[in-house]
Order: sequence, then C-alpha cells, then structure tokens
Amino acid sequence: MTSFSEDTPIYRQIAQRIKADVLRGTLGPDERVMSTNELAEFYRINPATAAKAFQQLVEEDVIYKRRGIGMFVRPDAPSRLRREHRDRFFADVVRPMVVKANTIGIPLSEVIDRIQQMATEDDES
Amino acid sequence: MSILEARDLTLRYGKTTAVDRLSVRLDGGKIYGLLGRNGSGKTSLLSVLAGFRKASGGEALLDGDPVFENRNATRRICLIRETGDSVDDDWPYNRVRDALAFAGEVRPYWDPTYAAGLTDRFELSMGKRLGQLSRGQRAALACVLGLASRAPVTLFDECYLGLDAPSRYTFYDELLKDFMEHPRTIVISTHLIEEVSRLFEEVVVIHAGRLVVQEDAEELRSRGTSVIGPAEAVDRVTSGLVVTGEKRLGPTKSAMVLGEFDGARRTAAEEAGLELGPVALQDLFVHLTEGVGGPT
Repeated sequence: MTSFSEDTPIYRQIAQRIKADVLRGTLGPDERVMSTNELAEFYRINPATAAKAFQQLVEEDVIYKRRGIGMFVRPDAPSRLRREHRDRFFADVVRPMVVKANTIGIPLSEVIDRIQQMATEDDES
Repeated sequence: MSILEARDLTLRYGKTTAVDRLSVRLDGGKIYGLLGRNGSGKTSLLSVLAGFRKASGGEALLDGDPVFENRNATRRICLIRETGDSVDDDWPYNRVRDALAFAGEVRPYWDPTYAAGLTDRFELSMGKRLGQLSRGQRAALACVLGLASRAPVTLFDECYLGLDAPSRYTFYDELLKDFMEHPRTIVISTHLIEEVSRLFEEVVVIHAGRLVVQEDAEELRSRGTSVIGPAEAVDRVTSGLVVTGEKRLGPTKSAMVLGEFDGARRTAAEEAGLELGPVALQDLFVHLTEGVGGPT
C-alpha cells in the first residue's frame, strides 16, 4: 500500500506529490488531474481527505475546476512552482548544508570546490 | 443521512461501568474510526448504539428516536461483531450461502449480487460449512455481511482483525469503493491505528468508557508537536501548554505538546535552539489514552 509519513496530514502529502508531478512535467498545463474518487481509490484514503488536497491546490492556484468535468493544471502553475522552489531553495537546502558543514568543520571553500567538481562531472557525462 | 447519537450514555454490567455518561454525535455520510484500547468500552458502546443492549442510563438515538426495541431504527443499523454473528453450525442450513440468504431476509437494504461478488473477492466458497471456516474466513464473511447489508448505519467492531494482509487491503478497497457509490455512515472500531486511519474522515477516541476526543482525522494528525532540547529551555517554551508526555535523557528533554503551537512560541523555540517536530497519530493515541481519568 502506498505509504504516507505518519506525522503530516495526508492531504498535504498528496498536494505535495501533485505539485511535484507538475514541476517535473508529468502533469502538463491544462491536463486533467485524477478525480477525488480516483485519488481515494488509488491511495486507499477517505474521499474527504482527497477533496482537501484539491482544495489546497485550488487555493494555491495550482489547479482549477471545470464544473462537471474535473480538475485541471493551471497553465501558469509550472513556472510559478519553479519560482517558489527557487526562492525556498537557499533557505531549505543551502542554509542547512552550510550549518552542517560548520558543525563538522568542513571549510566552505572545500564545499564550493566539490560542488564545482560535481557540476563539471555532470556536464561531461 | 441518518444521525446516530449517544446522550449521556451509561452501560453497567453489575458493578462494572463499561460506558460512562458518554455523549457523542455521528452525523451521516462519513467513515468514522472508533479508537480505544482493549477494554475501553468500544464494543459496549456499539452494542448499545445498535440496540443490542439496553442502556443503564442516558439514550442511544437514531435521528432523534430511541434505538432500543425500535424496529424502525434497528432495521437501518447493522452491527458486525468479530465473530460474524451468523447462523449456528448445528442448524441444517449451515453453509456460507445460507448465512447470506439469512442476511437477505433480515436486512432490508441487502444487495445479493454485491454479496456474491464480495464472496468471490474474498475467495469464500458458498458451499463451505460455517463451522469449518478458518478465523480469516470467518472475518471475511463478517466483512461481506456488513458491506452487503448497505445499512444506512454500518458498525464494524474489529471484525477485520482476523484477516491476513491481502484480505485486509481487499476490505479497505471494497469499503471505500462502496462508500463512494453508496454514501452512508460507517463506524470502524479498532486499536490498530496505523493501517486504517487513512480511511477515516473523523476519529472518536474513548478511554475507560468516556469520550476523550472527537475530531477530524486530518486535524488530529496535525495536533501534536514534539519539542526536544535542553530541559530548562523546553520547560520555558512549553509552560502553559498541555504537555501529554515527557522523557529525559541526561540534560536533554523531549516533551509532547497538544494543541496549537503558535507563531510566537515557535519563534521562541527556534531561537532557543529547540527541535520541533510532528507527532504520529499512533503516538498521539497512546498519549491520549494513557492515565487519563478512569472511572471513579
């Protein structure tokens, strides 16, 4: 059975997964998202929980509703999500890394060197 | 949709008080989880709500009418107990198909086609003698009887516990599918939370015959916060809050806090270098039902 972490509301985890699909392009602009019932069956969750996930995504302007047809990805959602993730990247990813490097005594210059090294390797492969 | 309600409900067996002035209201059209430890009064509460037992005090009501000895109410309620409550083995008609036929006669909303389909899904053979069913097969039959009853109020009292993992998933799938096609009130009592909690819209926690909490399942999931760090800082930040559990390891202390951890407190905690985290539903349940005032 698809697992969820026990410590965050399930609807938030589902909203997160749908946003990840939009970011990756698995769900394209104006593409139809699963219905509440499909989502409930797929994840084995209460349909009210699935509906809450959609409510959150509508409020965050990720999806829109077409009455009687279903939920669709807003055309501007991918670019907006990308922008949001870029804004949070330094706070969520870089900052904790810097704190950790300081704690265990790795000089930042060494971290930067390694990052550049990895980037070159990725370019070559 | 039918509204099932307990008002100041008490059930005593001799000197034992199994349900203690409990009030709870279950609005229609939801899947409820009734959570409580062994002996907390889950089965007693469900038995009174279904009209199987007479309350010692207070009332059990369906849409405002007393349930006990009220055919108009009990015909709309189906309580499935772990044993399945089916026909006796020493009866001449003692096979799976007879149990289904019997349910068809006493359950006004029974769907025989659906029952037959479910029997297949659970790999139960119609000709099998009831007395020869394994524990898992008996549990499967109980699930079939409850689902196919299509009763406006269906109460499952731990009946799925005897099922093996694949059959439990079958039960969850069928329950969700049928609930979406035929919305009704479903109550599932359990002490095993992790696996089924995602099926619930609302959760009712009872302990020692009393109501501890009734809340939206997702709200409950975000209700606890764990605070970890130097003991003195943890105490300062959590003062004035309901602390449900504490553990100490040397100078470090971890506390579990109930309720909203608001912005100011969160900032204070972060500035003091404390680690904040969520609390799993299972842990929350353990804390909610540990040492909470029992019957006096």
